[in-house]
Amino acid sequence: MRIAFTVNGRLHELDIDPGEYLLEVLRRIGYKSVRRSCNSASCGTCTVLLNGKPILSCSTFAVSVDGQNIETVEGMADGDKLHPIQEAILEEGGAQCGYCIPGVVMTGEALLRENPDPSDEEIRLALNGNICRCTGYEPQNRAIKKAAQVMRGEIDE
Amino acid sequence: MNDSFVTIGKPMKKVDGLAIVRGKPAYTPDYDMPDALVVKLLRSPHAHAIIRSIDSSQALSIPGVVGIFTYQDVERVPYTRAGQGYPEPSPYDTYLLDRKVRYVGDPVAVVAATTEKAALKALRKIKVEYETLDAVFDMKEASKEGSPIIHDESDCSGVYDNSRNIAAHFVMDIGDVEKTLEECEFVIRRTYHVDTQLHAALEPHNALTYLDPVGRLVVISSTQVPFHCRRILSRILKKPIAEIRVIKPRIGGGFGGKQSVIAEPYAALVTLKTGKPARIAYTREEVSMATNIRHEMSYDVIVGAAGDGKIKAISLHGISNTGAYGEHCLTTFMVSGSKTLPLYNKVDAVHFGGDIVYTNLPPAGAYRGYGAPQGLFPLDCAIDELAYEMKMDPLKLKEMNSIREGETSPIFEIMGEGREGVPQIMRSCKLQECIDLGRKAIGWDSKWGKKKRNGNKVRGVGCALAMQGSGIPKIDMGAATIKMNEDGSFNLLVGATDLGTGSDTILAQIAAEVLTVPLEKIIVYSSDTDLTPFDVGAYASSTTYVSGNAVRLAAEKVKERLLDLAAVYFEKDRSELTLESAEVRSRDGSSVSLSELCTMHMYTFNQQQISESASYVGEESPPPFAASFAEVEIDTDTGKITLVNFVSYADCGLALNPIQAMGQLEGGSMQGIGWALYEDIIYGKDGRMLTNDFFTYKVPSRMDYGKLTCSLVDSYEPTGPFGAKSIGEIGIDTPIPAISNAIFDAAGIRLRHAPFKSERVLFEILNMEV
Ligand code: FES
Ligand code: FES
Repeated sequence: MRIAFTVNGRLHELDIDPGEYLLEVLRRIGYKSVRRSCNSASCGTCTVLLNGKPILSCSTFAVSVDGQNIETVEGMADGDKLHPIQEAILEEGGAQCGYCIPGVVMTGEALLRENPDPSDEEIRLALNGNICRCTGYEPQNRAIKKAAQVMRGEIDE
Repeated sequence: MNDSFVTIGKPMKKVDGLAIVRGKPAYTPDYDMPDALVVKLLRSPHAHAIIRSIDSSQALSIPGVVGIFTYQDVERVPYTRAGQGYPEPSPYDTYLLDRKVRYVGDPVAVVAATTEKAALKALRKIKVEYETLDAVFDMKEASKEGSPIIHDESDCSGVYDNSRNIAAHFVMDIGDVEKTLEECEFVIRRTYHVDTQLHAALEPHNALTYLDPVGRLVVISSTQVPFHCRRILSRILKKPIAEIRVIKPRIGGGFGGKQSVIAEPYAALVTLKTGKPARIAYTREEVSMATNIRHEMSYDVIVGAAGDGKIKAISLHGISNTGAYGEHCLTTFMVSGSKTLPLYNKVDAVHFGGDIVYTNLPPAGAYRGYGAPQGLFPLDCAIDELAYEMKMDPLKLKEMNSIREGETSPIFEIMGEGREGVPQIMRSCKLQECIDLGRKAIGWDSKWGKKKRNGNKVRGVGCALAMQGSGIPKIDMGAATIKMNEDGSFNLLVGATDLGTGSDTILAQIAAEVLTVPLEKIIVYSSDTDLTPFDVGAYASSTTYVSGNAVRLAAEKVKERLLDLAAVYFEKDRSELTLESAEVRSRDGSSVSLSELCTMHMYTFNQQQISESASYVGEESPPPFAASFAEVEIDTDTGKITLVNFVSYADCGLALNPIQAMGQLEGGSMQGIGWALYEDIIYGKDGRMLTNDFFTYKVPSRMDYGKLTCSLVDSYEPTGPFGAKSIGEIGIDTPIPAISNAIFDAAGIRLRHAPFKSERVLFEILNMEV
């Protein structure tokens, strides 16, 4: 069947299998940042934003995004300029193997859109579904906090 | 000391950081190969069985199915999946496909199809008739008389005693423990048991294989050990090493789980049989139950001390569960002694030994810590128990008896990688500083022994000390090649593999420091067996120390070359020249930039390529040290354990990149915390792993810990590159004992079986109340 949806502002029209998951379709059309780890809605690696809200693409039918807006980490930087969350993750050492990072950035972005000044606890809660096996979480939590400050204009980038 | 360096010791951003945060395609599954066949494995539903017959005819008739291969289609070559030095100290007891299956998940058939759907359909249509055999899952039962024999085949080699399922065996004695114990005023005899753990790296095991235009086999794989992978593939596929190329792209986490050659052979087999590209990608369930896991171990531990607290005798006698195959079986067991016992080096007598046995469970393999945490749990907790028996502060007792700078232990010489070790003196050991700082940070003196109660909540603190190693001395080798470009940039080619640890960055920092260029001028390529020099790979905390030393040597050679060439160019004596800030400067004030010099040497003057290689084998393996402290809160109504704070200080020598080093300590600690409190593998009665997904296997999440405070102490290891030792593994060693000790301090409950589930605490509380 044929569906149409936008990814990072770009319109895609394509044929899919009715049973196909969004993760598969996004990877097929080149959004390789969307990664599979558990494939069972329990790790957050495959997180993308659907109309601004984080969803797990491994367990979302592609057909359900027909006519909707998807955002992935490929669309986060502004040309050469990284998004503050991306920048802060680098500065704080929040990325080791990096496999979890697209999911962390997208979930973090959704949080900050809704709550530009989250507490430590709120950050942990919002990102609780994003497993990272490498970093021990602390640097990533710090990075989200710092990015929020940058985005509020409280500290310079 | 830090200040004299430009790049070393600085919190440099990762050289690959931009690609990571932008989500660029970099991992094996990101390689597009549209015509690659999909490879799937049919796996055994039985823990122990003989295959009577396999009928693939129906499956083969499914449109899209290209081939199905069973043990009848592959040559029978016994091997070990362990990616370790050659000849491996692991038994050759594994076959690509065998007539016998030895655990639930053992591969039975390889399916190749043009689509995933067809491949999955084919899996369901292959008819296999099994004759099931009795199975054994309990490691303590496995070597008893009458247990089913798991490796009864005649062509496996290197197994200690097939008839009793003993894969390997090791015993070592210094002095006479029993006799020494007679002189001890206090003796603790206990049994400790630690369950297995999943690596749970986020990127599943996967590989892509194809034939290049001249028919060489190319393997793109998420592997920690590309060179071992090439050697093992050559052996089992009967293809010369020269005709195999292994490329390692970015790896999405390894932790030892990718130090075995697991998925690659099946894709390679399909490519060789069909001539077509092939891709294999394990599902999460397959990664959990059919790659490898940590060795479950149990130890009878004895510690004896004189009345003044001097520990005089230690005995660790244990058993390790290697599952159905013996990869890394002997060496992980030995490490549980060799990386823990030297810590308490003031003893008169030591015994270490035991058996590593086969069971019909998933094979165990290498896992961060590599046995050391399994050995440290009984050792540290027994000393903790001793302290309570003596009415002493356990931290004081550990502090009194542990190793210090300038000291040694005979264990270093006796126990090596499956053979004799190497004697060594602790040139750098800042354990005391770690203890002092950690004690303060957790508030030990005001908290320990106080059993702070608040309603139904009790709080307590516990401590644990640890050491590890830095590479495997006299066995593991790393090499580096540095090639100069005319703009003054350098390609750094290493066989070492960055699994996310930041090692590419650290190795680049080493080269940049020696060559006095900014970090951006070092372009790292790691690793491709065709292009990069040999390196045993990333394991045993070796990359910074072993490969790092190789990079330093290669860079120094390049520097010498540059100075020699500059001397010709300047027509000056070599001794008048120095390399500084990317320029060769002469004492008379004239200078030439590296880019100018190299451009000249490539295009106009004395034309030649500047390129050097160097290799390094560690003569010793200087241990990093750590002191860790846990504060827990126990709810006495429910048994719930809350980790309030975990503090860990480590001495890793000079931290070449403090952010990355801290990340290793934090990440390792969190993995240890998970293992201590949450991660629990459950098997069904039939030996099937029931917790083979992230729903049922609980990797700790952001809400599962209170505070995590990690820090490094200032240190300098003279044999390391710029003073560095390792940091990759040590973080995982201490959480289990530190948390166990803290639970005791809080609630008076000794949990001697990890993980520490809340229900275990509750049962103990109920027991106490009875
Ligand atoms: S891959 Fe989607 S949540 Fe794990
Ligand atoms: S950086 Fe490896 S999983 Fe997060």
